[in-house]
Amino acid sequence: MIFIFDLGIGNLSSVQFGFERCGESSVLIASGTDWSEQLAVWGLPQAVILPGVGAFGDAMFQLKARGLLTPLRKAARSGVPLLGICLGMQLLFATSEESSGSVGLHLLEGNILRLPSGFKVPHMGWNSLERMRPHPLVEGLDEGEYVYFVHSFYAEVPNPKTVVSVTPYAGVEVPAIVAEGNLCGTQFHPEKSGPIGHRILQNFVYWSRGIHERMREEGNDVLQL
Amino acid sequence: MLTKRIVPCFDVDGGRVVKHVGFLEQRQDAGSPLELARRYCDEGADELVLLDISASEQGRLATRRVVEEVATAINIPLTVGGGVSRIEDVRELLLAGADKVSINTGAVRQPSLIGEAAHRFGEQCIVVAIDAKKHPETGQYEVVIEGGKRSTGLEVVEWAKRVGSLGAGEILLTSFRQDGTRLGFDVALTRAVSTSVSVPVIASGGAGKREHFYEVLTEGMADAALAASVFHFAETSIASVKAHCQQRGVLMRWTTTIPR
Repeated sequence: MIFIFDLGIGNLSSVQFGFERCGESSVLIASGTDWSEQLAVWGLPQAVILPGVGAFGDAMFQLKARGLLTPLRKAARSGVPLLGICLGMQLLFATSEESSGSVGLHLLEGNILRLPSGFKVPHMGWNSLERMRPHPLVEGLDEGEYVYFVHSFYAEVPNPKTVVSVTPYAGVEVPAIVAEGNLCGTQFHPEKSGPIGHRILQNFVYWSRGIHERMREEGNDVLQL
Repeated sequence: MLTKRIVPCFDVDGGRVVKHVGFLEQRQDAGSPLELARRYCDEGADELVLLDISASEQGRLATRRVVEEVATAINIPLTVGGGVSRIEDVRELLLAGADKVSINTGAVRQPSLIGEAAHRFGEQCIVVAIDAKKHPETGQYEVVIEGGKRSTGLEVVEWAKRVGSLGAGEILLTSFRQDGTRLGFDVALTRAVSTSVSVPVIASGGAGKREHFYEVLTEGMADAALAASVFHFAETSIASVKAHCQQRGVLMRWTTTIPR
């Protein structure tokens, strides 16, 4: 079962349908209570999804207010695959110019910066993925495939190994897919990116399924979450 | 590289897609929203726009059921508009599955709605639709509302700049004069707006053949081009428009990887 964090900002049915098309069920987790209830029902989650629209500071506030910060950190530390989508990806980093004074999850090194001025912002539409290194998420994708972006800020990532794919915009090589261990994130919306987005979600499902099976074989269970 | 977008639009009335000429003249049935959405998605549409054309004048919100139905059937972005006049309307459409909400008359009546909605839901999901009408004598473009029935006295480029600074994430610019005529987009107007604002501009109104798309995406400097009837009645296809533009050096999205 895939657990999707619901911060009450946008509609998550497209994310749910995206996974459904990959043959994977999901539940929405809107509060810490939902988290413990679903954990009792389903056991170790196959993966945790942090979607996101809206502003960086508001989203962090919602995570705290809903008691989801601790579950999220525990899940990340336990090795459960975690996928951040759009703002959800940005929340994995330390800080953002969008909301000064508000800190992110800081699970990955790097900061969120505003896209340079002099270009159309938001960066909205279909842009190409350029692969920086192999990763299960981009398995089977041709170079230059298009996915759907809509964002005004981007991640500046000091460790080049964290960046799986970039997309060129506003003179910046914008990190489009980031990954480190069990954590990954997409700056674009795979659930809105047609057949290519579908393939990326499917890749994530296969990858997380493998990790999930291994974790269960090794005796990791819900108690640690 | 960022591609230009080709965006089919549905005007929905009473749960059916309708085609109309010059906003006011007679309407013709163009099919079911769900069927058309699926077809366009398969044909390579870059996003869809769904407008409830009778919503604003009748003071009601776009049919929620249609939005839910279409949103769950496609995996490309969906913009929905029609009768959005309060922050609750924006919220309701987003919850129904819209990725972006288009505000037109409501934005003119209450400009603060743009900023409020952008702050609450993120500017990326707030589209301001501007209907432009050229004054027959002065040649100035004026913003019209309520489906072209009411003048506002607002000059189009000034209003576009203002909605951009208020927090709109995108502008959907419709030339009232061209809409439904299939004589081509208003290239000069589109260029004037697109070069004056920092947000993306979708050009709308007047598409009749594939050359029109090329014109407005190059000379008109639009980020996306929208059309309704020209696609509904299969006078040209999305693929044909994309091929025409791509051959002339305008970058378009093609999908080559077939999903497993």
